[in-house]
Amino acid sequence: MSPENGKLLPETDAGGLNFKATELTLGLPGESRVTSDGVAKLGSKRGFSETVDLSLGDNKDSNKLGQFQINVPEAAKSPVSKAQVVGWPPVRGYPKRGTKSCKYVKVAVDGAPYLRKVDLEMYNTYQQLLTSLEDMFSCFTIRNYLNDKKLERVNGIEYVPTYEDKDGDWMLVGDVPWHSSNDTYKTFKRKLNEEALYMKHPRN
Amino acid sequence: MHKKTAFSFPDEVLEHVFSFIQSDKDRNSVSMVCKSWYEIERWCRRKVFVGNCYAVSPRMVIKRFPEIRSIELKGKPHFADFNLVPDGWGGYVFPWIVEMAGAVPWLEEIKLKRMVVTDESLELIAKSFKNFKALVLSSCEGFSTDGLAAIAASCKNLKELDLRDCDVDDLSGHLLSHFPDTYTSLVSLNISCLGSDEVSFSTLERLVCRCTNLRTLRLNRAVPLDKIANILRRAPQLVDFGTGTYAADLRPDSYSDLAGAFSSCKELRSLSGFWDVVPDYLPAIYPVCSKLTSLNLSYATIQSPELIKLVSHCPNLQRLLVLDYIEDSGLEVLASSCKNLQELRVFPSDPFGVEPNVSLTEQGLVAVSSGCPKLQSVLYFCRRMSNEALVTVAKNCPNFTRFRLCIIEPRTADYQTLEPLDVGFGAIVQYCKDLQRLSLSGLLTDRVFEYIGTYAKKLEMLSVAFAGDSDLGLHHVLSGCESLRKLEIRDCPFGDKALLANAAKLETMRSLWMSSCAVSFRACKLLGQKMPRLNVEVIDERGPPDSRPESCPVDKLYIYRTVAGSRFDMPPFVWTMEDDPSLQLS
Repeated sequence: MSPENGKLLPETDAGGLNFKATELTLGLPGESRVTSDGVAKLGSKRGFSETVDLSLGDNKDSNKLGQFQINVPEAAKSPVSKAQVVGWPPVRGYPKRGTKSCKYVKVAVDGAPYLRKVDLEMYNTYQQLLTSLEDMFSCFTIRNYLNDKKLERVNGIEYVPTYEDKDGDWMLVGDVPWHSSNDTYKTFKRKLNEEALYMKHPRN
Repeated sequence: MHKKTAFSFPDEVLEHVFSFIQSDKDRNSVSMVCKSWYEIERWCRRKVFVGNCYAVSPRMVIKRFPEIRSIELKGKPHFADFNLVPDGWGGYVFPWIVEMAGAVPWLEEIKLKRMVVTDESLELIAKSFKNFKALVLSSCEGFSTDGLAAIAASCKNLKELDLRDCDVDDLSGHLLSHFPDTYTSLVSLNISCLGSDEVSFSTLERLVCRCTNLRTLRLNRAVPLDKIANILRRAPQLVDFGTGTYAADLRPDSYSDLAGAFSSCKELRSLSGFWDVVPDYLPAIYPVCSKLTSLNLSYATIQSPELIKLVSHCPNLQRLLVLDYIEDSGLEVLASSCKNLQELRVFPSDPFGVEPNVSLTEQGLVAVSSGCPKLQSVLYFCRRMSNEALVTVAKNCPNFTRFRLCIIEPRTADYQTLEPLDVGFGAIVQYCKDLQRLSLSGLLTDRVFEYIGTYAKKLEMLSVAFAGDSDLGLHHVLSGCESLRKLEIRDCPFGDKALLANAAKLETMRSLWMSSCAVSFRACKLLGQKMPRLNVEVIDERGPPDSRPESCPVDKLYIYRTVAGSRFDMPPFVWTMEDDPSLQLS
């Protein structure tokens, strides 16, 4: 399957999203303009308050983003918070323990003009990662092999999450337990699963 | 006529009697009865606690107590936990190990807190003490897993290896594989602070399998959830267990495996860990919840509904550590479910955010104080407080021994009346007659210190920040708190007068810390000169204090009593104020 197969970009779709995807904006291509809880998202670097998504109440996915540390390194603090007083509030800092190395991997989606990078350390499960990738590449639908759910399809095409491991083989996401496989990822790629598409999900 | 008195008992009899006296205080009292009791006691003392490693020299300790088997040392001031003590300040354990290696070869136990421990020290321990049994390092730093490997490899009788909140250079040396195959004596292992991603699970499982006396096992974040079941099945006798990462993609078979493994642990009373919690897996611990007495959820980023469900399953809980995600609603459920609760710690999930991110207020604290009659120890972070709430809490809990309240924004007033919180904290010290430890916050005037000096007669440790108006505040505390041992103050307008007027008091205390206050260099020099049994140390990273006018306030000041004289290991940014015999008080 050739990655340059530009024909995979749908020409038409129900909501005219295709045009929006190539529209020149401040956001990154493929990125949705609003987050899942309806807040307008800027195309800016995630600040601390976004890495710990603290919506109150019933959103059970609200903790999916980010890992938590009681003491937050200076660089991660939200621009909204005031100048920090040293040692206040008196929370214990474990500088080395709290900060883990970032594990950035490239994500390419067939047909998207840009690649993205994700930090695998931000996620605890495959589900969280896939949901986040779906958010990033909202023009495309990702087939969820883990739970075999049918995700909402916007444009009739499903993508399969695969990755290239350290041996150079293309592997399907989800076979190996999340935490043991982290260090073998190099690049994610979404490949069009045309065969599955035609066999199981006939187009409208 | 030959008069027989108790003092004519043979030494062996007295020694036998003394062996039943374990507490340091009582041992100290025994040693002061008379010279012969002093002599007998010092030969049979087995445990020594040194609250400030610079208060006495290792040689002095060993000379007086040549037969010790256990030593506990504390190094840096408490405020080092909050980055107020610069790196390199001190607290090195190596000189102690060197002295003991030579003179006390039968040493079995070393417990250290806030000390700098090097691999060299650990290797010397491993080499020198043939019957070494327990190493407990609490908030220590300076060593790597190589040093720990030496302990694991050499100490055949090791029972306890406990690394609590240490900053370990994790070189991924597969620490656990250094325990020999013949080694089976492990009772307690806490590696929760190790950062490495590499844990050999098969090594861990084999270790757990052959150490049948294992009671405490606290794993680190690197151990994934799907390994927990195997470990628990191999150690059903565990009493205290700390999970690693509590997250995995939800699979029905792994969930039931985990739940089954937990239910096989009939002795489990304490749980901790729970990094990266995925709520769907929490019910796996329900089988053990009814017997749990201690639960540490301070790393569990789960919301109030899940916390409520969990807490409702634990009616015998005595100790709970939790994030403020529990919210007032969760604390109300805690108050109604956990009638045996003795200790509660609520940590902030977003300590540096300006706006509250959760609905946790003074109400939660009031609810717990009302519902939990055995509550003794509280650490509570919140963003608003009122005098009314504090008075209610004080009346509800006259048995408090430790009360630490941190209102996140400094100098926050009573949110209802906009007054200072003097009256509220005053009620705490007035009603809680056995209060040993108190931490203040919020808007406070000299008045609160007047209350503290008047009522807090059993208070041993006081922490103060952004409070008070004048020297009078400090004077109230130093002149009134009869049991005071440790006083730590930051960002308060306390200066020379109170300190110099109460100089003698400082010899009755372990230590005084003052940073960003108004104590002049001149006063420090004077204090150092007049009080030979105090070390008066100025910490100032701006440069030598005598490069500025004498009236300039010093940055940080640490004063402690000592019989060892000035220390020799000070870094360039610490200056000790020298004694001047001609100025000493008689």
